[in-house]
Amino acid sequence: MVRGNTSSSRDNTVSSVQLRQLKPSFSSRFKEFFIRHLQVFFYSLGLLSRSPFATLMTASALGIALALPAGLYVILDHASQLSGDMNSINQISLFMKKDTSAKNINTIQKKLEAYPEIAQVKHINRAAALQEFQDNSGFGDALKALKNNPLPDLLVVYPSLTHSDPQQINTLLIELKKIKQVDLVQLDIQWLQRLYAIINIGQRGVLIIGSLLALAVLLIIGNTIRLAIENRRSEIVVMKLIGGTDSFIRRPFLYTGFWYGLLGSLIAVLLVNISLIIINDPLAHLSSLYDNNLFSLGLMGINISSTLLLSGCLLGLFGARIAVGKHLKEIEPK
Amino acid sequence: MILFDQVSKRYPGGNEALSNVNFHLHPSEMAFLTGHSGAGKSTLLKLIALIERASTGSVIIGGKNLNKVSHYTLPYLRRNMGIIFQDYQLLYDRTVFDNVALPLIISGFSSREVKKRVHAALDKVGLLRFEKKYPITLSGGEQQRVSIARAVVNKPALLLADEPTGNLDPDLSREIMDLFMAFNQVGVTVLIATHDIPLINQLDKRIIQLSHGQLNPEKTGNTEQFTVDS
Repeated sequence: MVRGNTSSSRDNTVSSVQLRQLKPSFSSRFKEFFIRHLQVFFYSLGLLSRSPFATLMTASALGIALALPAGLYVILDHASQLSGDMNSINQISLFMKKDTSAKNINTIQKKLEAYPEIAQVKHINRAAALQEFQDNSGFGDALKALKNNPLPDLLVVYPSLTHSDPQQINTLLIELKKIKQVDLVQLDIQWLQRLYAIINIGQRGVLIIGSLLALAVLLIIGNTIRLAIENRRSEIVVMKLIGGTDSFIRRPFLYTGFWYGLLGSLIAVLLVNISLIIINDPLAHLSSLYDNNLFSLGLMGINISSTLLLSGCLLGLFGARIAVGKHLKEIEPK
Repeated sequence: MILFDQVSKRYPGGNEALSNVNFHLHPSEMAFLTGHSGAGKSTLLKLIALIERASTGSVIIGGKNLNKVSHYTLPYLRRNMGIIFQDYQLLYDRTVFDNVALPLIISGFSSREVKKRVHAALDKVGLLRFEKKYPITLSGGEQQRVSIARAVVNKPALLLADEPTGNLDPDLSREIMDLFMAFNQVGVTVLIATHDIPLINQLDKRIIQLSHGQLNPEKTGNTEQFTVDS
């Protein structure tokens, strides 16, 4: 047989082409990299739209999980804004001793108004206060029976905006208490502090619920991607056999996770806004019962919405990455 | 191109599929790998394709010792090989064109280049008119030709085939073998595992025979003394 000869002569001619490989140019690969990413981006969306019902079910579960902390956050955000508004109208009430003369009170008022910490001082005359109380409280007749006016003169002190943090207010309070003619100093922010404390607890609660539900989102997406991987096992094997890198095989699954995250957070935005619309009417009614200022939650702000969408997408990507990393290793050609 | 140096493969459980196998397949050579079922043909191909790793000894492909190939460089090595399976391993939710294009897309060719090369590969296997069809609508022989087109589309230096004619009738088998011969003519190294002794006896090519995990002394086709193992 001459086979040995031919093959050895071939050796010389083709040894230079050992494992030569047809390779695209670098610039082509670079450009194609982005084009392929874009293709896979929409290809994975196409895959999802092939089974719209299953996709919608998963996305809705994600939407509900995301809507809950987002909705609570919106409410808390409004509550703290509301209390913030009230904080700026901090006021200190100085109840004067009853024997203080009007002239004296006038001097004190003038003196206080000169303080840099104080923006404004309002004098509420005890006679005027009694009149107003008689008119508005419904105890008019009962009050008329009194011989003396039981109400003291009142100086309402408005601290200037530059001196409104709790520390400075405290210093001011001590200062005010030193005035001889002052009977009682009352700061109307105790309820505000309590509200703050409650909001604080609420914020922690949102943080806990948010973290737990973010974990739930990760698990839902992870499980969905795991099923997708299982469904496409044979395809993955083929990809690996013809030289697909891990990152190439991972890509469509990562984008699928991204789409789930985006769809889920879009549904969450929708759910929160629908809930706000439902709540807003009775809320406006409630606030009108307190005063004339209409308080409304409005709709979700652009900041919260975009944060929600962004975190949804990131959770989707992250959940998919975990699932793919774990399950892709298990699929090897046999 | 392919060098087996004292290669043994033991599967977990103690079953030794290959023991102390030595052979050398030169660049541009074509050889058939035969032997009874369980002789180790598939294992040998799997070692080359890096689906399995040798227990002892070394497999060297194109100068590269496969023992030293990591998980991350493995895909790039496989791109140098075209692998063809008995069950075709096509993706049935994609068209013939998309199936054949896959290796090129993985490597990052431009769409124009992909189109050109896929058409050339499909033309070579005579299936250009089927490019928009789905593999499931094709016959077995046609599907096998699609998988061959996919294997050769990025012009690998080495073609491996595991029972490529296992599911085909003699006429189709001959057609497929002629295709492999044609690729070998232009310098591609070809190694085909097959049962089809009558067919390969008609072709004047090297025959590597495995028996119980060991190599038998080599013969070539067209020899009167050739005996079918077991």
